Amino acid sequence: MNKPLRRMALVAALMLFALLANANIRQVVTADEYRDKPDNRRTLLAEYSKPRGPILVGDREIAFSRETKRGELKFQRVYADGPVYAPVTGYISPAFGATAIERAQNAYLNGSADEFFVRRVLDLLTNEEQRAGSVRLSLDDQAQQAAYKGLAATGRKGAVVAIEPRTGAILAMASVPSFDPNKLASNDIEEATRAKKQLEADPDQPLDNRAILHRYPPGSTFKVVTAAAALSNGYKPDTEVPGPAELDLPQTTRVLPNYDGRPCGPDNRTTLLNALRISCNTAFGAVGLDLGADKLKETAERFGLNQDLDFPMQEATSIFPEDADPPQTALSAIGQFDVAITPLQAAMIAAGVANGGVVMQPYLVQEVRGPDLTTVYTAEPKPMPNQPAISPEAASELTTMMIDVVQNGTGQAAQIPGMLVAGKTGTAQHGEGTRPHAWFISFAPADDPQIAVAVVVESGLDDPSDISGGRLAAPIAKSVMEAYLR
Amino acid sequence: MVTAVAPAPPTRRTTEAVLLVFAVVVSLAAYASVGYVETGHLPASLAAYGAGLCVLVLIAHGVVRIFAPYADPLMLPAAALLNGLGLVMIYRIDLARASQPGDPGQQLAWTALGIGLFCAVLILIRDHRTLSRYTYTAMFVGIVLLALPAVLPAAYSPTINGSRIWIRVAGFSIQPGEFAKLLLIISFAGYLVAKRDVLALASRRVLGLDLPRGRDLGPILVAWGASLLILIREKDLGTSLLFFGVFVVLLYIATERLSWLLFGVMLFASGAFVAYHLFSHVALRVDTWLNPEAYYQSGQSYQLMEGLFGLASGGILGSGLGQGLPARVPYASTDFIIAAFGEELGLTGLMAILLLYAILVERGVRAAIGVRDPFGKLLAAGLAFSMALQVFVVVGGVTGLIPLTGLTTPFLSYGGSSLVANWALVALLLRISDAARRPIPIQPEATITMPTAPDDATQVMKT
Repeated sequence: MNKPLRRMALVAALMLFALLANANIRQVVTADEYRDKPDNRRTLLAEYSKPRGPILVGDREIAFSRETKRGELKFQRVYADGPVYAPVTGYISPAFGATAIERAQNAYLNGSADEFFVRRVLDLLTNEEQRAGSVRLSLDDQAQQAAYKGLAATGRKGAVVAIEPRTGAILAMASVPSFDPNKLASNDIEEATRAKKQLEADPDQPLDNRAILHRYPPGSTFKVVTAAAALSNGYKPDTEVPGPAELDLPQTTRVLPNYDGRPCGPDNRTTLLNALRISCNTAFGAVGLDLGADKLKETAERFGLNQDLDFPMQEATSIFPEDADPPQTALSAIGQFDVAITPLQAAMIAAGVANGGVVMQPYLVQEVRGPDLTTVYTAEPKPMPNQPAISPEAASELTTMMIDVVQNGTGQAAQIPGMLVAGKTGTAQHGEGTRPHAWFISFAPADDPQIAVAVVVESGLDDPSDISGGRLAAPIAKSVMEAYLR
Repeated sequence: MVTAVAPAPPTRRTTEAVLLVFAVVVSLAAYASVGYVETGHLPASLAAYGAGLCVLVLIAHGVVRIFAPYADPLMLPAAALLNGLGLVMIYRIDLARASQPGDPGQQLAWTALGIGLFCAVLILIRDHRTLSRYTYTAMFVGIVLLALPAVLPAAYSPTINGSRIWIRVAGFSIQPGEFAKLLLIISFAGYLVAKRDVLALASRRVLGLDLPRGRDLGPILVAWGASLLILIREKDLGTSLLFFGVFVVLLYIATERLSWLLFGVMLFASGAFVAYHLFSHVALRVDTWLNPEAYYQSGQSYQLMEGLFGLASGGILGSGLGQGLPARVPYASTDFIIAAFGEELGLTGLMAILLLYAILVERGVRAAIGVRDPFGKLLAAGLAFSMALQVFVVVGGVTGLIPLTGLTTPFLSYGGSSLVANWALVALLLRISDAARRPIPIQPEATITMPTAPDDATQVMKT
């Protein structure tokens, strides 16, 4: 009977191996997948059983965990200055998970990142409480506050993005209307659900980070890109260009008019410099037609359009249309037709010009520190693909032209005493019967750029000229630059 | 006259004693750790628990030393460690103050009862072969015990969690199936030893296979029918599977004919197929196994999924005792105690526990191979395999390897019937291993005419 006994033992061994293999699968191979299942409240309870790492701006904690005595969760996430920073921090909620930086940097903030592995094992062995890392943003508190207050004061919707041209560090990112992340992050699920439903039902979309999620027609601010393409293709600031009251669009019976219905210079001629200063539609339409869709598109793409940014948050790609025909090209050259960019992209355009033609990859996370305060990540500035977007000479000429816009043209509201400011206004129409969006992109000091700012105010003034961009958006840009440079 | 005596093999009792100390130390350290983590100081019950465990282990070891000196030295420590860890986890889940069954004091009392039965078996049954005399008695009592919950009025056999496997006597709930398991394995072994020649030899060859004769199919069909009845009347998938599996394996071992195994597998497959299509609770178990997530919200796979979440959160090293959330799983201290171990001790702890079972089973098989009488072989094989199959069914079910069926986890689960019955099972295996390792004297020529039963051989040694 010993032979079948040995076979039985073999069967028992196989059953054991099946159990062992299965246990390995459950606890190692698919463990992460199961930890992340939405039904798994265990992960949540574990996350909230220890403090989550703070999100810092400078040395200030704008998001942190506070111990709470109420409910089954031990810690409550708290946001200082909630609405000001909400578009960037996002929120983490027991009910809905995490968004924005809270989501993108989750592994550091909850301490599960691979970089912390050794620390975790040590904590496990010494039975220390598991601690998390901290994430310091590139934002500047002064600039951010100015951006939010400036936008909020208009009573309209809009967004501001400020970038350090040399590095790509995002100095400010504000979106209005904003929301209070504390309500969504509440450990009281019912309260959080009520708040979320209300915010989601709001037609003004306060939960959207307009700075990176909404695409707007750039209007006249896009003339900077068209000018950049022109300067890269043989134009000079004093090159004479056509500037009639109305530009005939080829292949159609339609015309492209100037808003004031007047030509941009004597004999329907003007210079590139003058065309930018007074934001002449017909001149830039003509330049666009002369350059052609391909060259325009190439320059636009070098500035970041049609490209996915390697950005740690969900963002929309800015668009320059494919295969535009000549009339479409003329319209695209003045930032109309299908051209649509995010405020972040607008800021990148200004920053690229400011940085001698090199557009840097924008980033929000400056530094990550581990539980033991060692630095595990530091932002390394790197240029976008296909740089420089324009030559240093072209960038310098364009800077001069943009200084002229602020000193003598449509952007005078952005002037800062004792400092050269470069900028461009924009007023973007978006459909019949709506007020145009007001834009302003700028950087300062123009001779040594420290900050580039893009501002969009949705549905500005009921005025198709660039007065809207100059009057509504430029002062906000000015206040952000002043706040940062002061 | 020179009596040649084979050198006495080592009894290995010291090995057993050292391993028992290890088992007790590990259990006590775990117990202290749980109390410390949960309350911040050493638990007040540590002294009582420690003393209780020490005394019980000491008694068990003493009885083995006297009444089964050649018994296998690994089984008692393995069982004691499993029992000790089970107590720790029951204590831990009790501390979580969730609405979970489980009372560590009660479990310790049952451990005492289990060790008591363990000692009684070793003291009263000096030769396992005497059990073969009670083949039909054991069968009768076993079947009655098994059927009891199904036939008693509902007041005495409540339906708990969809199954009627309990009887209520004088305020105690007893799972008679646990004891029926032992009795039926004894009767299977006795019956098959008596009939194995018939079952093994008489056959017809069909398509190159030796098929049993029709009238010899009786026993396997009866066992199959009984299993199905348990399944239908008591809705107890696990026990049903366990009995049939053990019976078929013993039939194969007794006859050494693979055709019995094939026949058994076919019967199982057809029974499973029919059960799946006829009984909604069987179908549900399979469906929730195949796609547990789909049944989470409805609650039908809540227990399984929570168990899997617990295993996943445990990972390789586990959360540490007292630091996970095992009480989120319903019945964490009974059917799902293995998930609690997987969560708090991690894959490492879970594998260690599985290997403790492997030691028990392997040592049981070794006893079966070593013992010389066929009844002992079959009995040891049946006991060992029932342990293996039960662990496979319950751990496989909890970890999602196979559909979930309700069975207790031997020695770990909260519950008296299972614990007491499993201590008796280990006592029987120790008894057989003692017989297997006991030296047989080399008979000198002068005494060759003396009829010598293996029992008397020990007396020869003492002269």
